[in-house]
Amino acid sequence: MATAPALKPPNPSAFARWRADHASQITDLRRGVYRFTRNRLSVIGLLLVIILIIIAITAPLWIPYPEDVTGSVNMAQRLVEPSALHLFGTDDAGRDVFSRTIMATRTSFAVGVIILTVAITIGVTLGSIAGYFGGVTNQVIMRLTDIMLTFPGIFLALAISAALGRGIINATLALSVTWWPGYCRLVEAQMLKMREEDFVAGARAIGASNRRVIFRHILPNLLTAIIIKASMDFGFAVLSLAALGFIGIGVLPPEPDWGSMISAGRRFIPDSWWYSTFPGLFMFVTVLAFNLLGDGLRDLLDPNSTVR
Amino acid sequence: MLRFLARRILIIPLILLGLSLITFSVSRLVPGDPVKLAAGPQARPEQIIRLTEEFGLDRPLPEQYLMYMTGLLQGNWGYSIGNRREVGPDLITYFTATLELTIVSTLIGIAVGIPLAVVSARWRDRWPDHFSRFISIGTVSIPVFWIAIVLQIIFAQNLRLLPVSGRFDPRAPFPEIYTGLLLIDTLIAGNIQGFLTALRYMIIPAFCQSLLVIALVTRQLRGDMLDLVRKDFILVARANGIPERVIWLRYLMKNALISTVSMLGFVIGFELGGSVLIEYVLDWPGIGQYALKAALLLDFQPIMGSTLFIGCIVVIVNLVTDLLYRVVDPRIALS
Repeated sequence: MATAPALKPPNPSAFARWRADHASQITDLRRGVYRFTRNRLSVIGLLLVIILIIIAITAPLWIPYPEDVTGSVNMAQRLVEPSALHLFGTDDAGRDVFSRTIMATRTSFAVGVIILTVAITIGVTLGSIAGYFGGVTNQVIMRLTDIMLTFPGIFLALAISAALGRGIINATLALSVTWWPGYCRLVEAQMLKMREEDFVAGARAIGASNRRVIFRHILPNLLTAIIIKASMDFGFAVLSLAALGFIGIGVLPPEPDWGSMISAGRRFIPDSWWYSTFPGLFMFVTVLAFNLLGDGLRDLLDPNSTVR
Repeated sequence: MLRFLARRILIIPLILLGLSLITFSVSRLVPGDPVKLAAGPQARPEQIIRLTEEFGLDRPLPEQYLMYMTGLLQGNWGYSIGNRREVGPDLITYFTATLELTIVSTLIGIAVGIPLAVVSARWRDRWPDHFSRFISIGTVSIPVFWIAIVLQIIFAQNLRLLPVSGRFDPRAPFPEIYTGLLLIDTLIAGNIQGFLTALRYMIIPAFCQSLLVIALVTRQLRGDMLDLVRKDFILVARANGIPERVIWLRYLMKNALISTVSMLGFVIGFELGGSVLIEYVLDWPGIGQYALKAALLLDFQPIMGSTLFIGCIVVIVNLVTDLLYRVVDPRIALS
């Protein structure tokens, strides 16, 4: 509307000019936001994700018992029931379960981001090369991807991190190297399609190098698909890290981690039920939030869903 | 068809070879001495040397790999340093436990997932849809090891309705093995008491495992039905006055089920290896638990064995699924 030339003020400000130049993108974005907000579940997911990110960033500023996050021991306060003082109760060393659960969000998110960054970097690079160049290169890369996909990721991650030894760095490494095949396959399939498009032929015709065609012309088109996959994967990455912690080969105590807290709390069930329950519940909400958001985003891009 | 089949079968040994190389590298190139771990802290040095020689661990790595692979080709899966048993028979025993769990949980998943998907697609964007999507997203979001513990507390420790963990009552005589699937073996033997016991032990693990299946079935089937509902043949059916109920249950669901069935093949393959967490928490003697124990001990022949075994099974399941898909839906070219 504001883009109609007649309505433009005589001296458009920089912002107005920018708006006029990007009118179609702005309309697309508005339509997307409208469609996204129609699905209440995805909006709830988005809000939860925002809250969780704020929690992860600001946690050290406001958690009630910062000293409990590291290895402090307070036997007088051992296994206290949930109360106003200790929202989630305390654990077997008298540490505040609430503070530790909240701080675990921070670790989990940091590790989740690293896992996905590494996985996307490897996956997108290999997928682009395989899809763009085809031929023998494609065969070699995609068969390797097949081998990796043959295997449930968690199984291989368990084997690798068990072999490398306990600890958060090895766990992150194990999850990163098992996570890329999904991205590789996604990018390869799209790349195979895109390289036949006219705009690629055009870019090549005016002498763009292979690297330029891949990075400047094709990959930007795949960005949304990658982001959506990443938003759905993030919850699972966090979940997998907790799973390794649960088995005892992920984050090492006393560093807070949902998985190892749940595992440690098992010994005090059923009398001290809160010890395992609350970290698990918090983790469930986190994963749920990312899945709701990812599901909503995927629906948005699904060509079959129409504006209603 | 034959050429397609030949190509798909020929690639299997290649995939398995790659898998064996990867697992061998992972399990042998790591720091830490499996023999020392297995022999314990009190082992004398000469004992360790003898064990190392016995398992060929003193030879160069390529030779070790070749030794292992030649053994494998002769049907010898090697020995476990941990429990000094042959790996091959153990793999079969543990695998059947995982298989039984997978079959039951897949059946539960289908039984719950299909109605959820139909209801969801039929009343799209209304409350049944929101409800069913919430269920399907919720079920994949639950940390499976956590829900297993919660169910243990509620049903085993508080209500005392179900056993806490394991596969069969240790006090009762273990059923005679015919197929390795206890639910079937007890029925063959006419052992109703044993069947009920096995069933009670099955409930919590199978429920936990089925959560993922429910979610995947619901998502896939809902999406496919919504794709089909715009197709012309549905329009024709509606124009001809065929009742909505028939359209949904017969026209849409049957057609949409094709790709759900093919997806189930991949889900089953995934479950066979992905049940390791449930097996660990609920002490289900499956192949995931076997592999995990081996991995923690760096016991490399069982690690190799279970990895390759699951790899084999997954590849075969995927191949069969692919074939079935093409048989059911001839429109798909055999490329």
